[in-house]
Amino acid sequence: MAAFRVEVRVMPRAALLDPQGQAVEHALHALGFAEVGTVRVGKHLVLQVTAANRDEARARARSMCDRLLANPVTEEFDVAVESA
Amino acid sequence: MSRVAVVVFPGSNCDADTLAAAREAGTEAYFVWHRDSDLQRADTVILPGGFSYGDYLRSGAIARFSPIMRAVTDHAHEGGAVLGICNGFQILCEAGLLPGGLMRNARLKFLSRPVRVRVESTDTPFTSLYRPGEELTFPIAHGDGRYVVDAREAAELEAEGQVVWRYIDDNPNGSTNAIAGVCSAGRNVVGIMPHPERRTTPVLGGQDGARIFLSMEARHATQHADAVRALGNQHSRV
Repeated sequence: MAAFRVEVRVMPRAALLDPQGQAVEHALHALGFAEVGTVRVGKHLVLQVTAANRDEARARARSMCDRLLANPVTEEFDVAVESA
Repeated sequence: MSRVAVVVFPGSNCDADTLAAAREAGTEAYFVWHRDSDLQRADTVILPGGFSYGDYLRSGAIARFSPIMRAVTDHAHEGGAVLGICNGFQILCEAGLLPGGLMRNARLKFLSRPVRVRVESTDTPFTSLYRPGEELTFPIAHGDGRYVVDAREAAELEAEGQVVWRYIDDNPNGSTNAIAGVCSAGRNVVGIMPHPERRTTPVLGGQDGARIFLSMEARHATQHADAVRALGNQHSRV
């Protein structure tokens, strides 16, 4: 068994309104960052996971996303795994 | 007298109001703690409003794994009546007992004020005593009340009459099709974002919400009468 650092990124689905992202976008424009286009705000989770190998760690993390960490109706996610 | 289980999660804060509203309607209502596994022969289960688990991760995301939710799911699958109010609606969506999900209000602000809604379906255990199209005033109090379903599912909900209440005049939180409440395909599981339990007596500013609780008691009385008749017929044949 080995230790892995799993990073999960959860974002609101692209098709859905993200009012938090819009508010941040407006605030950046107000500060003079005119170069900023669309802003979207999501969540970043960092998990310490023990698994036989990287693929198993990734599979387990995806299963955690399906069951709890992301809501498939409103969110999409991706998973990155590196050795801890 | 029907038995109504009001489930209390850590962070529920409308549980006492909901219990009082259910009792006022003549039901035998009682609390069930979220760590319990038994609904104590409930006819109806209500998941009340509040902020279960502090709304951590997503509203309702953690509460939906509370031990009692296994019994609630079984009850729903057996056709038992389940009502989720506000946070209870969020929990039912997270649990997959209702379609869709609830996201941050479109204009971000937490909204606490009366809104107007229209009763779109009276064919549920909680709306049978309303008239189709009846317009009501209910209070809302939520930050994550924007009901979201994709276009295909929204069309399906509309076609099947699963939209139970709709915001009228304005759409306070940006919900898809101004949906304020929906029911399951089986019609026994119902979720509503506004708070009918806060509108059940004139001293609260109106009683538009009272018939939600009276509907479930009336449904039970009707079913009970059917059971008694069935028993009577059988008896006469013996």
